[in-house]
Amino acid sequence: MKRVYVNEEWCLGCRLCEYNCAFANSGLDDMVKALKGKPIFPRVHIEEDCGITYAVSCRHCTDPLCVKSCIAGAISIEEGVVKIDKNKCVGCLTCVLVCPYGAVAPGPSGAAQKCELCLQNSCGAPACVTGCPNNAIVYEER
Amino acid sequence: MSEYLIIGNGTAAAGCIEGIRSRDSESSITVVSAEEHHVYSRPLISYYLEGKTDLDRMLYRPRDFYEKNGVRLIFGKAVKCDAKKRTVTLADKQKLSFDKLCLCTGSSPFVPPFEGLETVEKRFAFMTLDDSLALEKALTPESRVLIVGAGLIGLKCAEGIAERAGSITVCDLADRVLSSILDSECAAVMQAHLEKHGISFMLGDTAVRFDGSRAYMKSGAEVDFDILVLAVGVRAETALASQAGCEVNRGIIIDNKMQTTVPGIFAAGDCSEGFDSSTGSRRVLAILPNAYMQGRAAGINMAGGSSALDDLMPMNSIGFFGLHCATAGAYPQDAEVFEDRSAGIRRLYVRDGRLCGFIVIGDVSRAGIYTSLVREKTPLDEADMDKLKKFPSLAVFLPETRRKKLGGVV
Ligand SMILES: Cc1cc2nc3c(=O)[nH]c(=O)nc-3n(C[C@H](O)[C@H](O)[C@H](O)COP(=O)(O)OP(=O)(O)OC[C@H]3O[C@@H](n4cnc5c(N)ncnc54)[C@H](O)[C@@H]3O)c2cc1C
Ligand code: SF4
Ligand code: SF4
Repeated sequence: MKRVYVNEEWCLGCRLCEYNCAFANSGLDDMVKALKGKPIFPRVHIEEDCGITYAVSCRHCTDPLCVKSCIAGAISIEEGVVKIDKNKCVGCLTCVLVCPYGAVAPGPSGAAQKCELCLQNSCGAPACVTGCPNNAIVYEER
Repeated sequence: MSEYLIIGNGTAAAGCIEGIRSRDSESSITVVSAEEHHVYSRPLISYYLEGKTDLDRMLYRPRDFYEKNGVRLIFGKAVKCDAKKRTVTLADKQKLSFDKLCLCTGSSPFVPPFEGLETVEKRFAFMTLDDSLALEKALTPESRVLIVGAGLIGLKCAEGIAERAGSITVCDLADRVLSSILDSECAAVMQAHLEKHGISFMLGDTAVRFDGSRAYMKSGAEVDFDILVLAVGVRAETALASQAGCEVNRGIIIDNKMQTTVPGIFAAGDCSEGFDSSTGSRRVLAILPNAYMQGRAAGINMAGGSSALDDLMPMNSIGFFGLHCATAGAYPQDAEVFEDRSAGIRRLYVRDGRLCGFIVIGDVSRAGIYTSLVREKTPLDEADMDKLKKFPSLAVFLPETRRKKLGGVV
């Protein structure tokens, strides 16, 4: 299955992936309208440590702790893709407490959200990868 | 072909079904459920009262779950288990046979012998969907509600009904709220927040006697109420296991493969007592994630596979009125404490160069990184701790470890 992988040595720390992610999942078609002057809720995060930067998003684990821990049965695996049913989620944040990568966070409504590989939105493939100017994030089979 | 039998129909049972079916799609699975409901998410009974979910959305698995997994679901109570003859008898005398049995019987509310309790007309426990529905029926916007027990269940109940009751008073013999997971200081922060939302507390005090709609407290105070909710504590449901000859302590004793002391009988979830990896001692770990994981491991092992769980521990993500609190592991007396107060409370407990537990109140984002450090007993130095106490991040891992985590299939 294709997943998002990080090439740490190529990351510039420009955070374009965060903006592209927030835009891709906003449901709007104008980036300025979607993001300007608003709190944004990207599902990919740039971490920085002593000058090194890298992007972190859901690993779509093969045996995901979030799926096993969700108190609402709201997280499931469909053909390898780990998905949150935001309609069932009650915002308890147990998934935040168990994800070893810090890849889940509450979204604007309080429901948990995370990378779902842009398969449900209009992009069809991860917007963070498409928009990365330096190939520091890739979407491939490994 | 084996005959699998599961007693109980909660999260552990769902895990057990999925564990069995991951290896054996042929054999028969029978589930006996005392609650006449499709498997639902027990922790959501308070969110239901709050209007954050409904009966449909709170199903733990889809409507076609049993059918898809070839499960026969029987509503009834198992009352007898004969380990030699490999049979379980239900209250209606129906006899079921098994090759492998999993006890997923959960826990039930513990009610101390209060004097005069029988004189209280509207009294409820808060464990099941039916409890929640009955409470909902009794509630009016004028109801004065007295909740006995300021633990997770009592407080979740208080939050759930806050908008639907006239007044809510919570009493507990302990001197603080959430005494099993929080120290006094953290508990005080949560309490103050709950008070801001209209919940009153009587701590270090509890009801000793009831007379109709009046509670007589240990302190001598009297509380008038319309509705009483008893959330004093829970007890593992172990009767069937004892009868089958399984060793029982506070819960049904299991090894790391969910095997009880009687061959062929497994146990999982709130009814069982396994190991707490954060202390190395036996413990009932009554939380939903563990119920699922234990259930699934039991199922895999029942079906001839091999799944051992050696890293379970207590952990809780609990929020009230928007204030979240994340805890995991143990807080031993001799631990070194790293603390940050720049936003809420962030307290990390370190022993032998390893994170052994933590409490975060307020911004719980990425707390799972802490949890994984506790679970995996990752060695950490002083510099790591200084980074971690500000914010959890993968920066504490060596670059090559991180590359494996972010650059490979995990
Ligand atoms: C209000 C509330 C809030 C909670 N919140 C959280 C939370 O936020 N996070 C968390 O991790 N955990 C929470 N929990 C705990 C969590 O619900 C339990 O850990 C979990 O449901 C345990 O699952 P289980 O399958 O072991 O048992 P249960 O879900 O209790 O299922 C056991 C079932 O077995 C049935 N049964 C028992 N004996 C028999 C018998 N002899 N014959 C037939 N059937 C039988 C019972 O009727 C019951 O339906 C909460 C619990 C409550 C009550
Ligand atoms: S949210 Fe975390 S635990 Fe769940 S699949 Fe993604 S990386 Fe794994
Ligand atoms: S926040 Fe939502 S998705 Fe996460 S564990 Fe709670 S109910 Fe499940």
